[in-house]
Amino acid sequence: MIWKKEIECMQPAELKKLQSDYLKKLIPYIYNNCPVYKKKIDDAGVKPDGIRSIDDIKRLPFTTKIDMRDNYPYGLFSNKGKDVVEIHISSGTTGNPTLVGYTRYDVSLWSEVMARSICCAGGEPGDTIQIAYGYGLFTGGLGFHYGALELGMRIIPTSAGQTARQLKIMQDFKPKVIACTPSYVLYMAEEAKAMGIDPAKGNWKIGIFGAEPWSESMRKEIEQVWNMSATDVYGLSEIIGPGVAQECTHKDGLHIYSDVFYPEIIDPKTDQEVEAGEAGELVITTLTKQAVPLIRYRTRDIVSIAFDKCKCGRTSPRISKIKGRTDDMIIVRGINVFPSQIEHVLLGIKGTQPHYQIIVDRKAHQLDEVEVLVEVEEKIFSDEVKKLNELSQKIKKEIEAALSIGVKVTLVEPKTIQRSEGKAKRIIDKRIM
Amino acid sequence: MKLTQISVFLENRKGRLYDVCSLLGKTGINIRALTIAETESFGVLRIVVDKSDLAIQTLRKNNFVANLTDVVAIEVGDKPGGLAEILRVFADNDVNVEYMYGFVEKFSDNALLVFRFEDTDRAAKILADKGVKVVTRREIEGL
Ligand SMILES: [Zn+2]
Repeated sequence: MIWKKEIECMQPAELKKLQSDYLKKLIPYIYNNCPVYKKKIDDAGVKPDGIRSIDDIKRLPFTTKIDMRDNYPYGLFSNKGKDVVEIHISSGTTGNPTLVGYTRYDVSLWSEVMARSICCAGGEPGDTIQIAYGYGLFTGGLGFHYGALELGMRIIPTSAGQTARQLKIMQDFKPKVIACTPSYVLYMAEEAKAMGIDPAKGNWKIGIFGAEPWSESMRKEIEQVWNMSATDVYGLSEIIGPGVAQECTHKDGLHIYSDVFYPEIIDPKTDQEVEAGEAGELVITTLTKQAVPLIRYRTRDIVSIAFDKCKCGRTSPRISKIKGRTDDMIIVRGINVFPSQIEHVLLGIKGTQPHYQIIVDRKAHQLDEVEVLVEVEEKIFSDEVKKLNELSQKIKKEIEAALSIGVKVTLVEPKTIQRSEGKAKRIIDKRIM
Repeated sequence: MKLTQISVFLENRKGRLYDVCSLLGKTGINIRALTIAETESFGVLRIVVDKSDLAIQTLRKNNFVANLTDVVAIEVGDKPGGLAEILRVFADNDVNVEYMYGFVEKFSDNALLVFRFEDTDRAAKILADKGVKVVTRREIEGL
């Protein structure tokens, strides 16, 4: 079922007209109501009435996470009056948290895009949904709640945690749809098995997972252990929360609701649009939001985008799963390299674990050299040097195919890759620039 | 009669071999035979010890990657042509040797060699048929 067929299956020319109409209204609205944006737009030398079509968006300034932080709490609000009916605050690891606000219209927009998402995953009115995302300041729980309500589902708002109770509810009420983080659903499967419950024997049909990056191998694992179709949802609280993009049952990219969240893919180093189909940073403009509309927000997520019509009938463009974050991208011999590409290769080789580190070095007057350290696990260790050499050759070939640059692969002892705060340091850049 | 060999993955870093040997020594494990296969960036240490179960537990607990392989230890007459006699048996019977190395200590008057075969079970059977003297686990433990 397609929730908003007239929009989700709209012809490209019509869609462009709609986006242009929205942008023409949006820019003067922001300019006249938000002094911080007024200054940014003035500084960019843009006249609000000079924005006539969606193509003019390229002339507008970007908005970054730093803008959000520096203008905390209300600096980026275009409407901070009584019309703001809900606020969400995300904890920042450094400095100020991020504050987002919603007017009644913004909440109804959120409900609608989330209803589109749940439908896109295969959910329908009347289905029971267990929402095991956290409810509260985190946007996951309430976003799904509003969408499920809009769609007319039966909601079980379990929120996250209390796994034993989650499992009891699953058995008693047999929901068809579950929404939570991918790591939590795998954790619940382990707990279920420990309690003697077979997770595959539920009534599950659909899982909607997001809020953290996950791989195709995790998808396979979830689908197998829970006997369900696992789909990816994308969103970020700065834009609205969950409900920015969602995989349909064909799982060939995530349909992004470009009528209201206008996407651009740029090269994070040059700020220019990338070639069609190339990976780059996703930049989103919220075309209709009222409380905190954002112009060209830099998500720092690396994706590619496809505009062809999907097998499901939707014409809305599809972004890829997140390929990485701009924060950890490195450029080697002019090629963008993301640690996640290497992780992907290692996950695909039987027995290897994605425990790796990338060392980039440049000797005087020489090309950049990339060395990938891979921790050897018991499963792949052999007493025969020949087999270990074959393995490192295989890893090398596959990484080179994925990155399009030559690398050296070195096998290292387990737990030797430097870890800080439980997270491995993925890149060591020794180049003298 | 098969023996258990322990293989340990070692980075080519200073002192790694010492780390393994001192760890086993502290635990009261005796190394009977030892060899290292080296490459540019890593090595594989192969050892036969008196208490292999304890040894592998200890190594794994200390974050070494280690695994167990079946090998056969053969007594070879300590005289000219002693080794050739044995190798001849393998050649005649199409037994492939992956690698071999010697024991640290002598056993009776004969030299002791560790063999890693492509197909250990088949090799062991042929050796038994030909009446070649192989070393038992008990003998290793009590050396
Ligand atoms: Zn689709």
